[in-house]
Amino acid sequence: MIEAHGLTKRYGDKTAVDGLSFTVRPGVVTGFLGPNGAGKSTTMRLILGLDAPTGGSVTVNGKPYQRLAAPLREVGALLDARSVHPGRSAYHHLLALAQTCGIGRSRVDEVIEAVGLGGVARRRAGGFSLGMGQRLGIAAALLGDPATVILDEPVNGLDTEGIRWIRSLLQGLAADGRTVFVSSHLMSEMALTAQHLIVIGRGRLIADTGMEEFVARAAPGVVRVRSTDPAGLAALLRSREAAVSQAGDGALAVSGLTTDQVGRLAGGAGFTLLELTAQQASLEEAFIDLTRDAVEFRAPTTGGAQP
Amino acid sequence: MTTTRHLSPARPAATGQRVTQARVVRSEWTKLRSVPSTAWSLLAAVALIVGFGALYCVLRVTRPPTGPEAVAAFDSTAVSLTGVQLAQLAIGVLGVLLVAGEYATGTIRVSLAAVPRRLPVLWGKAIVFALTTLVLCLPATLAAFLVGQSILSPEHLDISLRDPGVARAVVGSALLLSAVGILGLGLGALLRSTAGGVAGLFGLLFGPQLLSGLLPAAWSDKLYPYLPVPAGAAVANVQPDSAALAPWPGFGLFCLYTTVVLALAAWQLRRRDA
Repeated sequence: MIEAHGLTKRYGDKTAVDGLSFTVRPGVVTGFLGPNGAGKSTTMRLILGLDAPTGGSVTVNGKPYQRLAAPLREVGALLDARSVHPGRSAYHHLLALAQTCGIGRSRVDEVIEAVGLGGVARRRAGGFSLGMGQRLGIAAALLGDPATVILDEPVNGLDTEGIRWIRSLLQGLAADGRTVFVSSHLMSEMALTAQHLIVIGRGRLIADTGMEEFVARAAPGVVRVRSTDPAGLAALLRSREAAVSQAGDGALAVSGLTTDQVGRLAGGAGFTLLELTAQQASLEEAFIDLTRDAVEFRAPTTGGAQP
Repeated sequence: MTTTRHLSPARPAATGQRVTQARVVRSEWTKLRSVPSTAWSLLAAVALIVGFGALYCVLRVTRPPTGPEAVAAFDSTAVSLTGVQLAQLAIGVLGVLLVAGEYATGTIRVSLAAVPRRLPVLWGKAIVFALTTLVLCLPATLAAFLVGQSILSPEHLDISLRDPGVARAVVGSALLLSAVGILGLGLGALLRSTAGGVAGLFGLLFGPQLLSGLLPAAWSDKLYPYLPVPAGAAVANVQPDSAALAPWPGFGLFCLYTTVVLALAAWQLRRRDA
């Protein structure tokens, strides 16, 4: 269980995290989502006591992280896959970590096998790919068999097999009853992994909801309809308070009405329909909509790419 | 799939597996010995102590002091321990790298997340590095002395380990090397960068002498024995030197400077974001 209350972090006059309050509960994978620069990594550093908050507080299992007697046994964290001395082997990196709280060598071998680094554990970590680095970071997070796991962008650099592996790993950890807190800037990845979502933008909380509610609320369905008389049909639908726009190929994009309602209205008025389909806006679009005002860095859009 | 099958279900943290200073020392020992470049640098420093000392002795034998005054002023111990001065720089820089390297690679965040009280990490590094350098340098200074004296003996310039002050100079040189290593380590932790730490180390070792030279001669003569390098070097003086501090007080003063740097580093480590 991770609880943040009014968590705030300022670096000089830049506010990275701004009055953030949330609770990460055990038993589900909680996705921590936000555009680049939203304050996800800062929040994670605050949870781990690496940075001191300017205001507010955050606790893990009811205690500030600094007060945990055996932190690796309670919280496992992956912050940055490149945080390994390039000259040291994966085995020694994990062994040094394990020794800080008396975890044995057999456990080190166990997590190395569990993340699939068995063949390269004795090689210099400097030669690792980003994906191997991520696996090593995950091994470090699992070392103390912790009840809470915090991973910052764990799928970065992983191949398809690796992404599937981490997805099932996270879901397995949550099924064990652990608290699993995973950040990402990719909504599509979270949609497949997380059951709960905490979305932040510019350091502020934007949403703290179940995945399904998030989808339903942020992405209302759009109905695509094609007719022999698009202009007439558009006028009819607009008279029923629906938002209608041209979808390009002669089709209309209707929001505010279901497919049933559009079908009955069109039939009642004698329009011939060529196509009538419900379209769920993609999660990625919903996420972009939600965080539109909170994006820190954005490339200027060219005219042609504008919808 | 290899997922969570290896892992037992979540449970409260086991007691008896707390972070202790002894465990952090063991962890830091693993870190020190598992980076090959660190081990090679330490061995190179040891080789420097013996090799450079022997080389200088050979050089002095080919041009022996002439006249009774020059022979009396010839410090056989210092000549055989010349390599210590070079090794000081190597070990000091290695001390800087030991901490600054963790900041450069980001491993400091892993280390501090594992030991959130933070200070045991700094103490652990200092203990491990001090003991390792001492264990390596003590035989090295002894070997440099013995090899050096055997080179000097044909010219009857050699001195015995049993002569007054000689054993103390040999042991003291090893202790000084260890202390310089800790000074570097403290500077690395305080400045958090390799470049800054090395600059700070060289600045502390050589800067004060240069600056004191700008003062009026009467002042600089009084000040000189208290500067870090002259104070530390006093421990290796075999021939009495009226311009230097007594051996152990001098070394004690050097350790005091080192302690101040280490204390500042500890204060910053607690206070600043990692």
